[in-house]
Amino acid sequence: MKLLVAVKRVVDYNVNVRSKSDGTGPDIANAKMSMNPFDEVAIEEAVRLKEAGKATEIVAVSMGLKACEETIRTAMAMGADRGILVETDAQLQPLAVAKVLKALVAKEQPQAVLLGKQAIDDDCNQTGQMLAALLGWAQGTFLSKLEVGDGKAIVIREVDGGLETDEIKLPAVLTVDLRLNEPRFVKLPNIMKAKKKPLEVIKPADLGVDVDPRLAYSNFRDPPKRQAGIKVKTVAELVEKLKNEAKVI
Amino acid sequence: MSVLVIAEHDNASIKKATLNTVTAAGKIGGDIHILVAGKDCDGAAQTAAKVAGVSKVLVADAPQYNHELAENIAPLVAKLAAGYSHVLAPATTMCKNFMPRVAALLDVAQISEIIAVESADTFVRPIYAGNVLVTAKSSDPIKVITVRGTSFDAAPAEGGSAAVEAVDPTPEAGLSSYVSQELTKSERPELTAARIVVSGGRALGSYEEFHKQLEPLADKLGAAIGATRAAVDAGYAPNDYQVGQTGKVVAPELYIGIGLSGAIQHLAGMKDSKVIVAINKDEEAPIFQVSDYGLVADLFTAVPELTKAI
Repeated sequence: MKLLVAVKRVVDYNVNVRSKSDGTGPDIANAKMSMNPFDEVAIEEAVRLKEAGKATEIVAVSMGLKACEETIRTAMAMGADRGILVETDAQLQPLAVAKVLKALVAKEQPQAVLLGKQAIDDDCNQTGQMLAALLGWAQGTFLSKLEVGDGKAIVIREVDGGLETDEIKLPAVLTVDLRLNEPRFVKLPNIMKAKKKPLEVIKPADLGVDVDPRLAYSNFRDPPKRQAGIKVKTVAELVEKLKNEAKVI
Repeated sequence: MSVLVIAEHDNASIKKATLNTVTAAGKIGGDIHILVAGKDCDGAAQTAAKVAGVSKVLVADAPQYNHELAENIAPLVAKLAAGYSHVLAPATTMCKNFMPRVAALLDVAQISEIIAVESADTFVRPIYAGNVLVTAKSSDPIKVITVRGTSFDAAPAEGGSAAVEAVDPTPEAGLSSYVSQELTKSERPELTAARIVVSGGRALGSYEEFHKQLEPLADKLGAAIGATRAAVDAGYAPNDYQVGQTGKVVAPELYIGIGLSGAIQHLAGMKDSKVIVAINKDEEAPIFQVSDYGLVADLFTAVPELTKAI
């Protein structure tokens, strides 16, 4: 079966992002960019399915600026066969991304779409579920285990109380959590190989998709800063402070 | 203007997160209705009807709503949403699973995990693991929103007397089925609702030490136990213990972080706690920058001593 995997270029998870002083956005002009860690897990899972003989082709998709090509190349170095960049400088919100993905599903006819459960920049956790709705497909979200069978998949999902197992029909949208697998390190020869893999660049308009944002974001600001308190020297002093000063025990 | 709140429940009664969501709904204004969708969920509907400020409870009681599969719940909520200006649900894994599906069926945006209501169309939400707050204004006719429970007080569970009304179920979608659940059993308070949380990181070193060190302390304090992602990944604790950007968000009166460094992603889930205590032998650990009381010490001596002292 063919798999479509969506990968997002985001500020690296080690960067402590602050807002710009004029409140017009996050201050990320010179920040290190990486593939969304959840999407890395999605690519890894797709590659493992291919290595296990369950998937035949992996198409990595990203959207946004030309620089997203790097993210697609990383996905190809991990094992994706080819890439599609939907190039736009528009601010893409999850509903728009889901609509673009739906159009790509119509074009590519995959049996499953894999993506991270959320992006670590906007923290929305929406795109996969929205795509499943638009396609009328089943969804398996927050996955920590995936077993692909004939026309169906068994998914183990991370939920508030523990783990839930569901059976879903294929084709389906699968959103992955971090414990599904540990993504491989990309080796240099594979980076070289990835440079030769096909990467198609198209525009949202080529797909006939309206990507106008529905939410207007403004007043980006830092949250109230928490002041560091004091260091106590002993456990006895800590207990005394908690009892008599903070009065929480 | 009217707001439909989707209840988080276990068929027998509604969960506390629903009460926090009702408070958020009250800040928007207008009538507040609650939808209870489940199987044999009359108990939950009756508890929903008593919540102060709620004027109507809609009940969709049908086998296809058992276990809240997104493919079955989303069409129901989308159908009912036509009569409302806002649809709100708690930002629990159950509701995060189906609410974006509802939004897409309605062709509207979802506003995830709001922490404040500025007006009927303008909300505040955290991005970048809570390092930045942003104001989001929606131009959609129906606002689909998930609500971060720790940012809103719980509405009183008693005092209301809402009418309970059955609604017609939507058909079984036939796309998915529930197989089983493996829930962590615990006598301790639920993590997101606990007054005190004791949390452990990778420095605990093993599954055995994680439980040996933290459980007696948690039991003595009546606390819930949390963990960092590193501790969960290492197998010291189950996934539902995880506090942070991609786990649970907690804001207890007292948070005791033990053997955890305080990565950005972990702070995202606990920095709104009222009092934060950190015990770590590395005095440079970032957790000390947000803690009210820091103790630089070896946890393996400090924690047993603390457990004994309280």
